[in-house]
Amino acid sequence: MRAYTPKDNVQAKAYYTDRYYVSPQVPKQEVASDEVFAADLAAISAKFEVKESYIQVGQMVVYINAQDIYGVLELMRDELAYTQLTEMSAIDWLAKDNSFEIFYQMLSMTKRKRIRIKYFIQKGEAVNSVEKLFRSADWSEREMYDMFGIEANNHPFMKRILMPYDWQGHPLLKTYPLEGDEFAAWYEVDKIYGKEARDIIGPEIRDTARVDRYDSERFARLGFEVPKGTEITGNEEKNENAYQEEGGVFLVKKFDKESSKVIDDPQR
Amino acid sequence: MAQHKVNYTQDGGLPVALTSIDKIVNWGRSNSIWALTYGLACCGIEMMASGASRFDFDRYGTIFRASPRQADVMIVAGTLTKKHAEFIKRLYDQMTEPRWVISMGSCANTGGMFNTYATVQGCDRVIPVDLYLPGCAPRPETLQYGVMLLQKKIRANKAGNAQKPKRLM
Repeated sequence: MRAYTPKDNVQAKAYYTDRYYVSPQVPKQEVASDEVFAADLAAISAKFEVKESYIQVGQMVVYINAQDIYGVLELMRDELAYTQLTEMSAIDWLAKDNSFEIFYQMLSMTKRKRIRIKYFIQKGEAVNSVEKLFRSADWSEREMYDMFGIEANNHPFMKRILMPYDWQGHPLLKTYPLEGDEFAAWYEVDKIYGKEARDIIGPEIRDTARVDRYDSERFARLGFEVPKGTEITGNEEKNENAYQEEGGVFLVKKFDKESSKVIDDPQR
Repeated sequence: MAQHKVNYTQDGGLPVALTSIDKIVNWGRSNSIWALTYGLACCGIEMMASGASRFDFDRYGTIFRASPRQADVMIVAGTLTKKHAEFIKRLYDQMTEPRWVISMGSCANTGGMFNTYATVQGCDRVIPVDLYLPGCAPRPETLQYGVMLLQKKIRANKAGNAQKPKRLM
């Protein structure tokens, strides 16, 4: 087995870097190459500051300032016919420059176009809620809060949506271990039985490939089953576990393989 | 003579069978294992298939109940998340004794492929389990066999009031 290396911050350093590796970039086009997008961008940049804009995979990406988000989406919904907010969430760039990238994926059914509005916030900053504009932002912003810890101002119900309300930590942060931290590992034990039950129940077994035939607490060897907790020596009697006792069961007819009729011919 | 009629030439002509209290109680219990409708994930589909006409759980007297108060066995069919752990414990506590638990499938047994922060690594961390069914998901035949083994387990025990605690807690 490979030696364990701490993976506390997987984003900070890669395990392996190829000296000659050039990460592939999705090609970007000028916004002017598409008439519809160019008109939309002109309408946005007339009222708000646009930091960067380009077309990628047929979708326009527009970077704006964080405080403009409500105004931009309102403009897009009411005047540019981008009537649907199909998705919104955040990207964790904390290790790079202590920031989050927030994106809003907009869809226009009449223009058949998609625009992605993006901006950066620093860690600890809150975003402005767009729940008043798009009802779909209600759960999306709750999920963003749940997974990244980014709160949305003016949201009607700023609580966790996926994890329990009393959960600690934000699981989609890149610093969050996949198998959970100390709190997550003991969550159900602490909540149901209390911390003093930790010793009795024991830690989670995270090695899913673990098989121990000498551990009769957790494993049963098929055909050689023993009662739970029995010490296993290795020369157990074979005990075939038939579903019915030898002597038969009161008022239940025992199925007999010998006397049963076996249909061999599939074309019967 | 039709099969359902009493054979008056046997047993002195009386429709009588002699047995012990243990046996008759366990006969009743083991042949009417009412299961709690508790499909948590895709194993629930296999559990439903076991209950439907092709595999037909009614033959064993296993009828799915929507209330833990009426259920004898809880078939934990699917992934148990940490958010749900307190509710499985509550449902288990609401079941009347004697009660049994079948852990169905890899997720309920060990957490399965969900080696993550949000999944309980085996439902036996929360409630005591009588029978573990391997598989992802187990075939309905496996669940049927599991129910038959549970019947055997019920028959092997005394029918007294007190059920031994399955884990010191």
